Amino acid sequence: MEVKPMSETRADGGSDDYEHYEAVVVGCGPGGAAAAARLAEHGIETLVLERGVEAGSKNVSGGLIYAEDSAPYTIDDLFPDFREEAAERPVTDYHIHNIDGRQVTTYDLTDLHEHDTDWCDAVLRRTMDSWLEQRVHEKTSETGGGVLTGVRVNGLLRENGEIVGVTCDELDPIRADYIVAADGVNSELARAADLMDWDEPDEWFQGVKAVVDMDADVINDRFSIEEGEGVAHLFSGDLFEDVRGGGFLYTNEDTLSIGTVFHLDSLVAEEAEPHELLDALLTHPLLAQWFDGEYNELEYSAKLVPDSKKVAHREPYADNLVLVGDAGGQMQAQGPIIKGMNHAVTAGALAADAYALTRGNADPEAAGRRYTTMLEQSGTMGKLRPRRYELTSTVGEHDLVTRAVEGVLNSPVGSVAIGNPIAKRLLPKAYNSPFLVGMLPDTSMAYTTLPSLIGEKHGRTVHWENEIEPPTLEERIGDLTYNTDVGNPHIRLQDESFEASGAAVYACPVSAEDFGGGCYRAETVTTNGSEEKLVSLDTQPCVECGTCAIVADTEWTHPRGEKGVEFKQG
Amino acid sequence: MRSIVLTKGVPDFSEGAVSFDEDGHLERGKTPTVMNPNDHFALRAALQTRVRHGGHVSGMSMGPPSYSTVLEEAMEDIYSDDSYLLSDRELAASDTWATAITLSAAIEKYQEEVADVDLVFAGFKTADGETGHTGPQTAWCLEWPIVTHVIALDIDPDERVLRAKRLVEGDVDEIETVEAPLPCFVVTDPEFEPTYRKAAHRLEHKRLRAATEERVEDFDDHLTTWDHEDLRLDSEYIGLDGSPTIVSSVDPIPKAPSEREATMVDPGDSDGMEQVLEELQPFAGGD
Ligand SMILES: Cc1cc2nc3c(=O)[nH]c(=O)nc-3n(C[C@H](O)[C@H](O)[C@H](O)COP(=O)(O)OP(=O)(O)OC[C@H]3O[C@@H](n4cnc5c(N)ncnc54)[C@H](O)[C@@H]3O)c2cc1C
Ligand code: SF4
Repeated sequence: MEVKPMSETRADGGSDDYEHYEAVVVGCGPGGAAAAARLAEHGIETLVLERGVEAGSKNVSGGLIYAEDSAPYTIDDLFPDFREEAAERPVTDYHIHNIDGRQVTTYDLTDLHEHDTDWCDAVLRRTMDSWLEQRVHEKTSETGGGVLTGVRVNGLLRENGEIVGVTCDELDPIRADYIVAADGVNSELARAADLMDWDEPDEWFQGVKAVVDMDADVINDRFSIEEGEGVAHLFSGDLFEDVRGGGFLYTNEDTLSIGTVFHLDSLVAEEAEPHELLDALLTHPLLAQWFDGEYNELEYSAKLVPDSKKVAHREPYADNLVLVGDAGGQMQAQGPIIKGMNHAVTAGALAADAYALTRGNADPEAAGRRYTTMLEQSGTMGKLRPRRYELTSTVGEHDLVTRAVEGVLNSPVGSVAIGNPIAKRLLPKAYNSPFLVGMLPDTSMAYTTLPSLIGEKHGRTVHWENEIEPPTLEERIGDLTYNTDVGNPHIRLQDESFEASGAAVYACPVSAEDFGGGCYRAETVTTNGSEEKLVSLDTQPCVECGTCAIVADTEWTHPRGEKGVEFKQG
Repeated sequence: MRSIVLTKGVPDFSEGAVSFDEDGHLERGKTPTVMNPNDHFALRAALQTRVRHGGHVSGMSMGPPSYSTVLEEAMEDIYSDDSYLLSDRELAASDTWATAITLSAAIEKYQEEVADVDLVFAGFKTADGETGHTGPQTAWCLEWPIVTHVIALDIDPDERVLRAKRLVEGDVDEIETVEAPLPCFVVTDPEFEPTYRKAAHRLEHKRLRAATEERVEDFDDHLTTWDHEDLRLDSEYIGLDGSPTIVSSVDPIPKAPSEREATMVDPGDSDGMEQVLEELQPFAGGD
């Protein structure tokens, strides 16, 4: 209950103006943190609104954060102690495993990994983002703003159709001269500004991850590394059947991050269960060497990842609002290497500079236009939307061509070619070429056929037995922390027919066919003698990954501030 | 805006914490002291006022030296700037009347020596006395207006007026909005909910919390203790001698006798369930 604040009530009963901040940044992930820190450095009053109880509590990444030599801003430019205080281990070894059953061919990917890389560290998002939140709060407090957690922005404040601020669940509307939407994938603000739609599954990847407990000494021992060193392993081939994507394993201080990233359209087409694909990786014999029969999963998580090649917005602004990071689709999948956090940082800092340079300009879009130019001129947009991909994608995606190529690869001639000694020398080179990798078409040829052929032709056989038993989906959900917004579900099914929303029963990472404890369930009901397959939804176990916003017919929003799932690792 | 929030320690009556002797008398020594549960609402109202309008909040309590822990808790909870403890042997065994005299004397001394006070906040009823008299009696001694059962409030510092929503007769269904001039005495209701719908308020809240972390470490430096002489109170009017209330006796309420037998029946067990239904049949209405 509230008494109308007296200070806001005028004699005529009307209300005074809304609160005003010069800049409002929505989201305190890497993109929002970079934008806010840089805005504050320019002396701009900046308010950051983050929906989680703490920054990082909603976020998931693989996660290797890159500092690219060519980037105008890296995270340690903005936050000098970042590596010592917020990151896990640096990556000193980088491998990709091409798998065909028990046959595995391993290539050293260090060249590709080190291309344009100043440094690269593994991170856990709860630790990383909450550390960033503190620094950002310190910086923004100095210019009259600060970071508020537990506040969900639910829309845009418009005046005569023009964006002038934000509306929130927890606060009265706020006006701002500049709005940075750094609210991540499934950005409600990007959608509200008509800059993004959530329609096509082929524009997204789905990432699923497990954080596994392991003592630092044991990690050093099992991965043959020293303190202060870390490894990255990537996995592709037939262990995921025909689902296009791959797996990863990164070492943290005293945990491992193990996960998978798949094309969402492929997950849907194959009716694959994300948790089972993760389990296929976890239980592959190759991983036995690192588990030694022990497996203690600390957290299961998932999140969508935009594919910048298709959705990086070329003009990511509307009125005085700009999109930064995943919100603007700025997530680059460079073959097996995933770069989202670094681009979010760059974009955030550029968005801040663009505003500082155009401050005082009466045209509300001046900053957005400047930001767009800066993304282009800094080469960032070129990485997100490589021209060579645009040129090859029509070929890559053309079914006929793909099938023809696959046919050749599968023919005795093709596989012999891959199996011959010259190929053995050339293939690792090709994998390490950023140019070639950037061209890889999004077909199963690149993800499954080729790697499994390499595995088959060049592989050595892994004889280890992997006897670990990953937790069941029910156990995984049971181990997560939820602050359920009872009676106020954040996702509503618009169409409960199986045709419209059935894909979510498989694709939702916390649902499965024949599992009653997940979000989505399918059931056959008989009405007037005719049978109908319907879908029902319970949002309680939801991990807010965003998948069903795309693959099902839903009215999709994030939960209110502090509500919903809380990741402790991320 | 300068506020004083009144709080006191009470025996922790929660299960497991409270201790009674064989005759059913409370064993004070063995029962830990906690902040009177209803005071939390007063504290929140004081904090909301401070966050929205700035100023200063002092915690005040009357009781044995050990009550300083309650004041410390208040500092941690609502970031009070300093604390005042009214404590000496002469004050022991005060009833609500003697307490009100002591508290009002302390508030007056505070006004003379520290600063003018705009608001005094108190909780509704203490868990040990359950009378709800102390607040109104203190306001009466001060000759201040009092608003009780407050569930929401805001202040116009320029007009020096307080506007509050209050439950009429403590009845949840009837809410009235009242205005009162400052200084004013506010008794919060357990239904009181602070609201912070302005970003600036939440930022201020956060700033206060951070500033308090250090202050709590040096709690004692921010604690002032006054005895009855400091308050210039004649011992005839305070403590046991100044307390007209006589508690003739306290009767423990005996536990209701209960005889119950429980049989567990698995809902899947059809014989068992049938028996349950049979047993229930006589109680089912209609035919
Ligand atoms: C499994 C997986 C593996 C990945 N691996 C890597 C990797 O190895 N390297 C890499 O660089 N990237 C990786 N990524 C991608 C990377 O995580 C993202 O690109 C990156 O987090 C984007 O940063 P951001 O700041 O744009 O958004 P986010 O980090 O998503 O931050 C958005 C923030 O906004 C908040 N928010 C959202 N909506 C609202 C709202 N309405 N109101 C208030 N706050 C809101 C969120 O709580 C969140 O804190 C991976 C992603 C996944 C899922
Ligand atoms: S209900 Fe939707 S958003 Fe939630 S976990 Fe499942 S697919 Fe993801």
